[in-house]
Amino acid sequence: MKLPSVRHFTAGLGTAIVVVMLVAGILAPWITPYDPFAHDLEARMIPPSFMEGGRPENFLGTDQLGRDYFSRLIYGARISLLIGIATVITSGIIGITLGVMGGFFGGRVDDVVMFAITCRLSVPLILVALAVVGLIGSSLTVVVMTLGLLLWDRFAVVARTTTMQVRNLDYVAAAWAAGCSRFHILTREILPNIAHHLVVVATLEMALAILLEAALSFLGLGVPSPLPSWGLMIAEAKEYMFFSPWIIMVPGISLFVLVLGINFMGDGLRDLLGATRDV
Amino acid sequence: MFLARRALIAVLVTMTVVTISFTLTRLSGDLAIAIAGPQATQEDVDIVRKAYGLDKPLTVQFFNWVISAASGDLGKSYMYHEPVSKLIGARLPITLTLGLTGLTIAILTAIPLGIIAAIREGSLVDRGIMMIAVIGQAMPSFWLGLTLIIFFGLKLQWFPISGVETWHGFVLPGIVLSFSAIPALMRLTRSGMVDALASDYIRTARAKGLSRATIVLKHALRNAAMPVVAIAAVQLGFMLSGSIVIETVFSLPGVGYLGWEAIIKNDFPVVQSVVLFLATIFVLLTLLADLLNAALDPRLRTQ
Repeated sequence: MKLPSVRHFTAGLGTAIVVVMLVAGILAPWITPYDPFAHDLEARMIPPSFMEGGRPENFLGTDQLGRDYFSRLIYGARISLLIGIATVITSGIIGITLGVMGGFFGGRVDDVVMFAITCRLSVPLILVALAVVGLIGSSLTVVVMTLGLLLWDRFAVVARTTTMQVRNLDYVAAAWAAGCSRFHILTREILPNIAHHLVVVATLEMALAILLEAALSFLGLGVPSPLPSWGLMIAEAKEYMFFSPWIIMVPGISLFVLVLGINFMGDGLRDLLGATRDV
Repeated sequence: MFLARRALIAVLVTMTVVTISFTLTRLSGDLAIAIAGPQATQEDVDIVRKAYGLDKPLTVQFFNWVISAASGDLGKSYMYHEPVSKLIGARLPITLTLGLTGLTIAILTAIPLGIIAAIREGSLVDRGIMMIAVIGQAMPSFWLGLTLIIFFGLKLQWFPISGVETWHGFVLPGIVLSFSAIPALMRLTRSGMVDALASDYIRTARAKGLSRATIVLKHALRNAAMPVVAIAAVQLGFMLSGSIVIETVFSLPGVGYLGWEAIIKNDFPVVQSVVLFLATIFVLLTLLADLLNAALDPRLRTQ
C-alpha cells in the first residue's frame, strides 16, 4: 500500500522551511529587532522568553555577550544559505564539467576523470579543509572557495553516469547525423537532459555544504567571529551548555531543521523531476 | 591481475593525495613565517627557514619527505618534539576503536531496520524507518555529540562526559559516528532486500513451502549482503577520515584530534603525516571493498 501523500507532505514542508529561511535571511536587516553584533553585558545569558527567567524583549534570549539570539539566528541563516548556494555553484561548475567530459568522451579522458574522483574521495575532507583555512586565514570567501573546490565529487559522478546514459540515445544520434558540433551536442542535447538529476544533487550538496561549514566554524576554522554562523555560535556557547543547554539547542535545532528541509525538498524534487534513486 | 591493477591505482591515488596536501600547505602561505610566529623578525624567519629545510626548492623538499616517509620516518613534530610516527602510533588505537565501535553500532542498527523496512515495503513502518535515515543525515554531528553529552553524560550520568579511561567513553562518540553511516547502510540493505525478495529464487523457496524466517534470513539476506559489506568498508573509511570532529567534541586523544591540534599550531610534519595516514587507510579500505565485491560477485571481476 503506497502512501504518496506522506511524500508530498514532507516535500511541501521542506520547501516551506527553505523558503521561510531564505526570506528571513534576505529580509534580515528589516526584521531583526536588534543588531546581532551589539553587546549588552548587563543582559547576558537570558533564557528564551518562553522559558523561566526569560523576558519578552529577547524572544530567544541573549548569549554570553548579551547579543540578542533571535537576531543572530536570522543573520546566521543568511550565512548558512549564502555559503550553501555559493559552494554549490562553485562545486557544481567543477563537478559537472569533469563528469560530462568523462562521460561524453570516454576512454583516456574518462580514466583521468575517474582517477580525479577517486583521489578526491580519498582526501580526508575536514582535515584538509581545516588545514587550508588555517593557513590562508578564516573568512567567508575562503570557506566558500575551499568547500567549493572539495565538494564536487557527487556532481562529477552523477554528471558522468547520466551523460553516459544519454549520449547513446536516439536524439543525440540524430544531432550527430545532422552535423551538429560537439559543443552544440554537449550544451543543447546532453546538458538539458541531465539537468534534472543535477538539480537534485545540488540540493543535497547544499545541505552537505551547510553542515560542513558549521563543523569548520565549530572547530574554529570556518567563518570568523563575531559573524553569527550557527556552528560558531555553538562553539562559543559550549562552555555554558551545562548550565544553560538552550544556548546550544537554538542554533543546533536551526541547523538541523534547515538541513532537513533542504533534504526533504531535494527528495520532493527527485520525485517531481523523475530523477533516479541513485542520485 | 585484477588485484595488481587495483593495487597500482591505490598507490597512485595515495601519492596524488599526498602531493596535493604537500603542495597546498606549502603554497598557502610562507611556512617559515607561520612557524616563527607573528612577533618574529626577518632574521628569526630566515633562521627558521634554514633550520626546517624550507629554503630548498619545493620539489627537493617533497622528494626528501617521500624518501624518509617510505622508510618510516615521518619527521619530527614541532610542538611535541617527538617523532611523528610515534605520535600517530600512540593515537591510532583510539581512533581505530572509535571507528570500529561506530561501524558496529551502525551495522547492528541499520541492517535489521533495513530488513524490516524491506519486508514491510510501502507501509507506515517502512516510511518511519526511512524517516530515521533522513533525520540522521540532517543532524550536525558535533551538535548531536554535545546534546548526548548533556543528556546522557550530565543529566543521567550513564556515560563519561569526555575521555576514554574505560570502554564507556567510546559509547556516546560511537553512537554519533554511527549516525553518519546508518542512513546509507539502511537504504542499501532495504533496496537489496526488496530486490532479493522479488526475485525468482525466493519465489521458488516460497513455493517449496519454506518458512518466512528461513526465506528472509537464509536466502534473501545472503544475496542482499553483497554490496552492504563493501559499503560498510567504505563507510568505515569515511568515519576514520571524519573522526576529527567527534574526537574534538569528546576530547578523545586520537589521530583526528592530533591533526586538529597540529593545524591550530602550524605543526606541518604532523599535518602532512596525518593526511597521508588517513588517505592510505581510506584507499586500503576501498581496495578491500572492491576485492570483497569481486570475491562475492564473479561478474565484477572483469571490470
